[in-house]
Amino acid sequence: MSSTGTGIQPTPSVLEAAPSPVKASAFLGRRLPSLELALLIAALIAPLFLRDYITVYATRVLILCLFALSFDLVWGYAGILSLGQSLFFGMAGYAVALLSRDFGVGSIFAVLPVGTLVGFVAALLLAGFLLLGRHPSSVVFVSLGTMTGAYAADRLARGSQYLGGQNGIPSIQPMTIGAHELNEGPGFYYLVLAILVLIYLLSRFLVRSQFGLALAGLRENEQRIAFFGYKAQHLKAIIFAISGAIAGTAGSLYAFHEGFVWTNMLGVVMSTQVVLYVLFGGSGTLIGAVIGTAIVEGLSFWLSDNYRDIWPIILGVLLLLVILFRPLGLISLVLGERERVGYFGPSLKGRRNAAS
Amino acid sequence: MPLLEAAGISKVFGKLTALDGAALTVGEGEFHGLIGPNGSGKSTLMKCLAGALMPTQGRVKFINTDVTSLTPPERARAGISLKFQITAVLPTLTLYDNILLALQARSSLLDLAFSRTRGRLHEQVMTMLLQFRLADRAFDAAATLSHGQQQWLEIAMALACRPRLLLLDEPTGGMSLEERRVTGELLLPIKQHCSLVIVEHDLDFIRDICDRLTVLDQGKVLASGTVAEIQANRSVQEIYLRRA
Repeated sequence: MSSTGTGIQPTPSVLEAAPSPVKASAFLGRRLPSLELALLIAALIAPLFLRDYITVYATRVLILCLFALSFDLVWGYAGILSLGQSLFFGMAGYAVALLSRDFGVGSIFAVLPVGTLVGFVAALLLAGFLLLGRHPSSVVFVSLGTMTGAYAADRLARGSQYLGGQNGIPSIQPMTIGAHELNEGPGFYYLVLAILVLIYLLSRFLVRSQFGLALAGLRENEQRIAFFGYKAQHLKAIIFAISGAIAGTAGSLYAFHEGFVWTNMLGVVMSTQVVLYVLFGGSGTLIGAVIGTAIVEGLSFWLSDNYRDIWPIILGVLLLLVILFRPLGLISLVLGERERVGYFGPSLKGRRNAAS
Repeated sequence: MPLLEAAGISKVFGKLTALDGAALTVGEGEFHGLIGPNGSGKSTLMKCLAGALMPTQGRVKFINTDVTSLTPPERARAGISLKFQITAVLPTLTLYDNILLALQARSSLLDLAFSRTRGRLHEQVMTMLLQFRLADRAFDAAATLSHGQQQWLEIAMALACRPRLLLLDEPTGGMSLEERRVTGELLLPIKQHCSLVIVEHDLDFIRDICDRLTVLDQGKVLASGTVAEIQANRSVQEIYLRRA
């Protein structure tokens, strides 16, 4: 299994090769791009070395990475603890499953935009309720509110015959690109990878922009930035809706990749899982969310194969250990604080000029 | 015509009356000190002016507009800026980014998303940092500054929003004598474009930089006038003697 394991979770080699984190500031932001590039290359060549059933598993992991990015944007960047992120993931999944079942629509050019839109609108509506009050809402209120949303949706779907009740909606037709049917395997893998890279780059652009600086302010001290004149609640609603859209994209891909949707996709289990991915990898860095998802899922895959009876316990202990000793996640082994938080002002050259 | 006019401000917390009909008038370019014993309601009045607290009664007028019911961001956009009593710089961000964050507060969302104001604001950021003697630390995390420097950064951030009125709650708290002196020097040049309301325990500092003073006692205005008038005021002397 070891050869397959490295394909799904290519990070250990990167971790070993990295010098001690103490000197991270000396690189002035150079280490993150190398890490991102290394992971991208690993992800690009992985299917060449993986057996097909593992490529299928890796595709699912990439979709979950996308989902983790959506949670990282709200929690790691804006400090909104959304414990119901699966609501947008699952709603989009159900929406595209219905499109396929009731209307026979499976074209990627229809289902991905619809799924994304469903996630976006659902998140915007929930944000209107939870975030847009006259006074800033507390973390507890938002986290319980989002969690309740996911829980309620799960129960509603279970009770609804139209949505297939407990069993969900089975045997969704494959997604199509033109006349081509997209079945699980390397083709699907590369499609998801392309979408993940695209959304990763867009998110990267956003969190490093001046908007990202405003988000950092929101995360660190919401009240303070309100006194600068920021409409903090609006900023929160916007990033929440963007994150809902990304969760929606992930949910629609997931529905077609698995070929069915069921109530767990909407519920609290899925929401908790994404929190674990991001905490494990390191919230507040996009790459941390990706690494966390890949390692947690890779580990579960390997452990469940080798320690069939007690693997959840081993995994749980590992997660606890990381969160105990590395509260900022695995990424803090590689990146110092300066690089995780980043610079929002001039480029490296501009900084040197200004400093001299 | 005064820049700020607050009248009949009362604030009641449960059974505690923190402010009882307090009033404050600040003219254009005026440095106004707000003094009084502990618990006299100074910080509460500041918060009512900045919008952090809504007064139970009374009106706040700013440049002839009633701002009583405006939220903090709306007041900030109208030109009122507050420096908190507890330093609230953003510790993990660099000094540069702290100032940029304050400067860009009124940029539109599109400008923010596409970083359109980043280049334009660079000069202003560096000017603020130079003015507050922090330029050599521009790209260090704010958490690495000394307490006094954090207070300066905080004042610089409050000023970066280009306010017409700056509310400073204990700017020299925890500073050394030398740092207090420098703080006074740093504040004087802003007089040209900005008025100041300052809460401070250090009466020497207040006397040096303020034009007028208002003395609060038990939530009421005990006296208000020029520094000389207040110094000669009997009842003011009494409450300070009573405390000493």
